[in-house]
Amino acid sequence: MVIDQKASHTSGLAELPSANGLSRRGFLQAGAVAGGGLMLSLSLPFGNREAKAADVFVPNAFIRIGSDGQIVLTMPYVEMGQGTYTSIPMLIAEELEVDLKQIRLEHAPPNEKLYANPLLGVQATGNSNAIRGAWQPLRQAGAAAKTMLVAAAAKKWNVDPASCRAQSGEVLHPPTGRSIKYGALAADAAGMPVPEKIALKRPQEFKLIGTPAKRLDTPAKVNGTAVYGIDVRPQGVKIATLAQSPVFGGRVKSVDDTAAKTVKGVRQIVRLDDAVAVVADHMGAAKKGMAALKIEWDDGPHAKLSTEDIARELDQATLRSGAVAQNIGDVGKAMASAATKVETLYQVPFLAHATMEPMNCTAHLRKDECEIWIGSQAVARVQALAAKAAGLSPEKVIVHNHLIGGGFGRRLEADGAVRAIQIAQHVDGPVKVVWTREEDIQHDMYRPYWVDRISAGLDYKGRPIAWNNRFAGSSVIARWLPPAFKGGLDPDSTEGAIDLVYDLPNFRVEYVRVEPPGIPTAFWRSVGPSHNVFVTESFIDELAAAAKQDPVAYRLALLDKAPRAKAVLALAAAKAGWGGQLPQGLGRGVALQFVFATYMAQIAEVEVSKDGAVRVHRVVCAVDCGIPVNPDTIRAQIQSAIMFGITAALYGNITIKNGRVEETNFDTYQILRMNEAPAVEVHIVESRESPGGMGEAGTSAIVPAVTNAIFAATGKRLRKTPIDIALLKSG
Amino acid sequence: MAFLIKINGNTHSVDVDGHTPLLWVLRDVLGMTGTKFGCGMALCGACTVHINGKPTRSCVTPIDSIGTSEITTIEAIGKTAVGAKIQKAWLDREVVQCGYCQSGQIMSASALLASKPHPTDADIDHAMSGNICRCGTYVRIRDAIKQAASS
Repeated sequence: MVIDQKASHTSGLAELPSANGLSRRGFLQAGAVAGGGLMLSLSLPFGNREAKAADVFVPNAFIRIGSDGQIVLTMPYVEMGQGTYTSIPMLIAEELEVDLKQIRLEHAPPNEKLYANPLLGVQATGNSNAIRGAWQPLRQAGAAAKTMLVAAAAKKWNVDPASCRAQSGEVLHPPTGRSIKYGALAADAAGMPVPEKIALKRPQEFKLIGTPAKRLDTPAKVNGTAVYGIDVRPQGVKIATLAQSPVFGGRVKSVDDTAAKTVKGVRQIVRLDDAVAVVADHMGAAKKGMAALKIEWDDGPHAKLSTEDIARELDQATLRSGAVAQNIGDVGKAMASAATKVETLYQVPFLAHATMEPMNCTAHLRKDECEIWIGSQAVARVQALAAKAAGLSPEKVIVHNHLIGGGFGRRLEADGAVRAIQIAQHVDGPVKVVWTREEDIQHDMYRPYWVDRISAGLDYKGRPIAWNNRFAGSSVIARWLPPAFKGGLDPDSTEGAIDLVYDLPNFRVEYVRVEPPGIPTAFWRSVGPSHNVFVTESFIDELAAAAKQDPVAYRLALLDKAPRAKAVLALAAAKAGWGGQLPQGLGRGVALQFVFATYMAQIAEVEVSKDGAVRVHRVVCAVDCGIPVNPDTIRAQIQSAIMFGITAALYGNITIKNGRVEETNFDTYQILRMNEAPAVEVHIVESRESPGGMGEAGTSAIVPAVTNAIFAATGKRLRKTPIDIALLKSG
Repeated sequence: MAFLIKINGNTHSVDVDGHTPLLWVLRDVLGMTGTKFGCGMALCGACTVHINGKPTRSCVTPIDSIGTSEITTIEAIGKTAVGAKIQKAWLDREVVQCGYCQSGQIMSASALLASKPHPTDADIDHAMSGNICRCGTYVRIRDAIKQAASS
């Protein structure tokens, strides 16, 4: 299978087939392709609302079966290492009865109306929902296409369709031994009615789904031929690097470029309102030119801002009442009757994404149109914001999307494209704007800082009868997708804080939205749950300790109404040897969660040295993500997410002093390395439920598993990440 | 002045400032974009190439320090027996996720196997800890190196 990395502008509409049938369910349309072939247009549903309002048919994914037998799927999700380009075609191939290799993927061009993500409502890849969104409709489309191909063959042979069978890309008629390949049937199939009822395979009939499929995007990634955004080289491209105001909201006061202009290879200095760029023949010259620039900045209103100011404001905010995210029973009354009360504060810091591919975007601005080369999780957003910056209408902005060298939410933002446009407006010809690692870390858009004030009341047996959590921090959704921020709440900020798996009869969670002055916030791997699961799973561990009970047994006793959660916890405990002896200085910690529609339990074995250094040796994870589509990808994503989360637990911290981010590169913003990586065991629970999300869940669970293990090893409860080694010193 | 450098068996003439790091000569001047930029300070290993067989961070290697040394990059490592074994193991073990750091990982791992055909876990830690993978593929990198060593 070839992956087409090029996406030109809105050509999808022109290829829409003429409709000859619309299924009763209103998500599928069939038509003929020019040159002979079958085209299915799908409308992936948007939650429950749109499923009911199917009178307007707006397709956002397309399957073409050509007369050559080639099957092409055009879909809006992007590959960023999570295996989507392999798992999504599996859904169609399963029902269509073709080999995975027969399906070619084309990345969708930017078009918000056509390609909106069914769960996000915008054209973006995020929130671990590609498989969740595509699970039903893509299998149904595959089954519909198969039915139409079989009908075409049956008509040709003048036999009953029920006597025919589809297998390996052809229709067979076993009684007579005849067969025809799909390609030869595609044109006729386009004239067949779209089936009104689509029977899907039962899970026990799956041949592909549930088997480990080889990733389709990897060969080019091991021999240097894969093209990421940063690798594009349009004819005549110049390379630029930039310095943005070190203080958020600051402005350029003056630039002395005398020395920079004399650097060999430097072509041009571009001065913007709040940034300066050096344009050169190559990045080496651009960086040298940048080092030779003398820039004076007007620091603006945030010149004195520090992390402590932000933390204090959030702490104060948790004393105010917030929007009620969930309220069960009567917390006040239950708390008054509690035998024991536990109350405490938790907090998590700003975090950078630090994708291995630094931010970059290439732009070529011509008189009345513009071309952009980028690796983006949200191409339609890039197109819209770049068009605005360039003063063009969106259809005049051609976006070429490329492989993504790490997304984690950073590439859901279009700030890098806007910067490239601002610089390209001063440059004759194409310019590739490459951020240095320092710019990438110091001008990221950060995982928000959050503070939680949380309390619980226990009865005389130690069981929680009241749970009260009020937290404050930024809402990324409120900026990124304003319609989804309603009544002071959004689904991301609260995920993992509400709808807990535990049986808690009196339960209240409030959220206070507080935007930090000047600091841009954004999605991150696991965003809301990366904060909420740390708080809730640390706190339930505190309650177990207050009740003098084993952390696993304490949780199990609260799970009678959540059998899938109970099963993953019991499985993880059994596989990890929970309760077994560990040497002095080592501890086991557990965490359990239901986020991104996936149940997960993790148990970490952690060693704390006398000097306070923490080493995670082993992580056991049990997961119930519904039907596992590609089990090897599930394992890979969990291994990956665990490393990502351990980095956050041990090191992740963006601090602000005098309005600037203090961390600069991988020496001050550390990432977990090979010599620190634990062994990871993943146990996948057999399930017939619909698939859950997989890319992010592992990140949120590991953080409290590690801090709970530290508590088990040392008796010290850490209520803030990253862990403070000074607090853990014992010798 | 122009420098003559030998990359993957071919000699190239490049006219850049002598302090220019090899990384930018490869990527921007010669268009060999398989070698990646990650940090610019030899902290992440994404830019690793071989110079006379030794793993070297090209982002801090000035072009005027190379002389007649032989440079090998990811584009040609598959032509060596060890490089081909490593690439195969990487695919067999499904190591790769976003893939951006993997050029550097493969160059470091190939150099390790070339000097130590049967590395211990400690050898792997030592040779590979300079290469950051933000996708956290470390478990599989370790397995793949072991597979390549035993093949």
